[in-house]
Amino acid sequence: MNAPAYNFAYLDEQTKRMIRRAILKAIAIPGYQVPFASREMPMPYGWGTGGVQVTAAILGPQDVLKVIDQGSDDTTNAISIRKFFAKTAGVGTTTATDQATVIQTRHRIPEAALHENQVLVYQVPIPEPLRFLEPRETETRRMHALAEYGLMHVKLYEDIARFGHIATAYAYPVKVNARYVMDPSPTPKFDNPKMDNCPALQLFGAGREKRIYAIPPYTQVVSLDFEDHPFEPYRFNAPCALCGAENSYLDEIVTDDRGSRMFVCSDTDYCEGRQAAGHHGALSAAPYKDKAQGDANG
Amino acid sequence: MADLLEADQPLLIADSLSKSYGRIAACREVSFSLYPGEVLAIVGESGSGKSTLLQLLSGQLAPSGGHVSYRMRDGVTRDLAALGEAERRLLFRTDWGFVHQDPAQGLRMAVSAGANVGERLMAVGWNHYGRIRESASDWLTRVEIDVARIDDAPRTYSGGMRQRLQIARNLVTGPLLVFMDEPTGGLDVSVQARLLDLLRTLVAELHLAVVIVTHDLAVARLLSHRVMVMKGGRVIETGLTDQVLDDPREPYTQLLVSSILPP
Repeated sequence: MNAPAYNFAYLDEQTKRMIRRAILKAIAIPGYQVPFASREMPMPYGWGTGGVQVTAAILGPQDVLKVIDQGSDDTTNAISIRKFFAKTAGVGTTTATDQATVIQTRHRIPEAALHENQVLVYQVPIPEPLRFLEPRETETRRMHALAEYGLMHVKLYEDIARFGHIATAYAYPVKVNARYVMDPSPTPKFDNPKMDNCPALQLFGAGREKRIYAIPPYTQVVSLDFEDHPFEPYRFNAPCALCGAENSYLDEIVTDDRGSRMFVCSDTDYCEGRQAAGHHGALSAAPYKDKAQGDANG
Repeated sequence: MADLLEADQPLLIADSLSKSYGRIAACREVSFSLYPGEVLAIVGESGSGKSTLLQLLSGQLAPSGGHVSYRMRDGVTRDLAALGEAERRLLFRTDWGFVHQDPAQGLRMAVSAGANVGERLMAVGWNHYGRIRESASDWLTRVEIDVARIDDAPRTYSGGMRQRLQIARNLVTGPLLVFMDEPTGGLDVSVQARLLDLLRTLVAELHLAVVIVTHDLAVARLLSHRVMVMKGGRVIETGLTDQVLDDPREPYTQLLVSSILPP
């Protein structure tokens, strides 16, 4: 610990216990939103206050932390949170997915397969999947309690009626363990299949809405759909311009004001790893500087 | 034959229902039985307890005294108060319908007409878009709404269309009992006439039992088999529609009937 002015991982022990109790309950009832006494964190709501509290509660001195924001390790949000825990908990940080034990994420699941010794912590803005159809919290709680999820299909029906296909591209509702319908946070639906039967523990923290929910390892997660309009993950039909990957989730980057654009992997660690291993895309700047892997100074 | 036997037993039984709000008794000792396929109109002036009674009957309000029993699809008559919340809500989505006076209360104004009709089907587990849509268009046709408007939100509909859409939404799961709270209130006269005509056809076709609350005696005359007249929370007169309206016994009913302007 290099900052004695803070308790380990910023939060006091009582708060961490309270959050851990909520997490345990969430794990016991997969997909159920457990209310918890969310604290003010030294960052604005919407920047991951829920995820940060969950991370603070589960972090141990031996953990290695990775933080991604839309797949990227080097955005302001990701760097700030990584530095925050490097300073308040003194834990090791990394950008390499396979070396991390705790991965806090905003809106993506890493491309690399997760393993049993990892915990994925999601930052969640709005935990209630039924919210935009049913504004009353009392009513949505009752609907969850009685497993009345017809309304969720109304949303998908509307998509097909308007666009001819299920146009929901992110925050695509899933049913966890054949019981609770859950909002997977605004991850692209491309990532939904990765949640199913995942070896890593997945925790979801919503700070402003004061909810924690979880998917235990190896739990069934099914994306909702219609028989005649089955769930389909979406991906831009292009290889990554930097590493040539054909099966990763891509970001579209506008490169000038004349309609040119390039598609690159949203998962920077995955993309850099592939480039270091010698894969190249149409626009990769050769020669690739083979640093960046396992960069431990966050 | 089985249907005939079943028709011998009441579908809904109210047993000395009472509801008081503090010292105000909104509903006192109301008892009746409703049989399958029967249309019962509850008439009376505003404040007479009609709407409270409807809410008691449909299980939305807990009575201060008395019971409501309903004969479920398995033939067993059960006390509504003894049903679990899940069962009660399931009843509301399948066996029952509730047509509100203001369609905005009974519809989801922001989602399309098709989804409004299909919601109940999806709630009971329909999972095939094509079939849900087919059923929705079928019902829109039956309530005389142009199928081309299936993807429009009800907020773009006229008042009469909204009310018809609300009816379709309620009838799509083939309910046995429909509660209606002033279904023609707030509509202009020509639209009212058309709606009543439609309702009468559907009720007869589907052999629905209906409890309809109205202050409009013409509605009661057109739709209902039996009439209950309420005043001050009490049922003061009840009987066959024609009998009550043509030959009212109570002074209040006489007043009510005579207050209709001759056409």
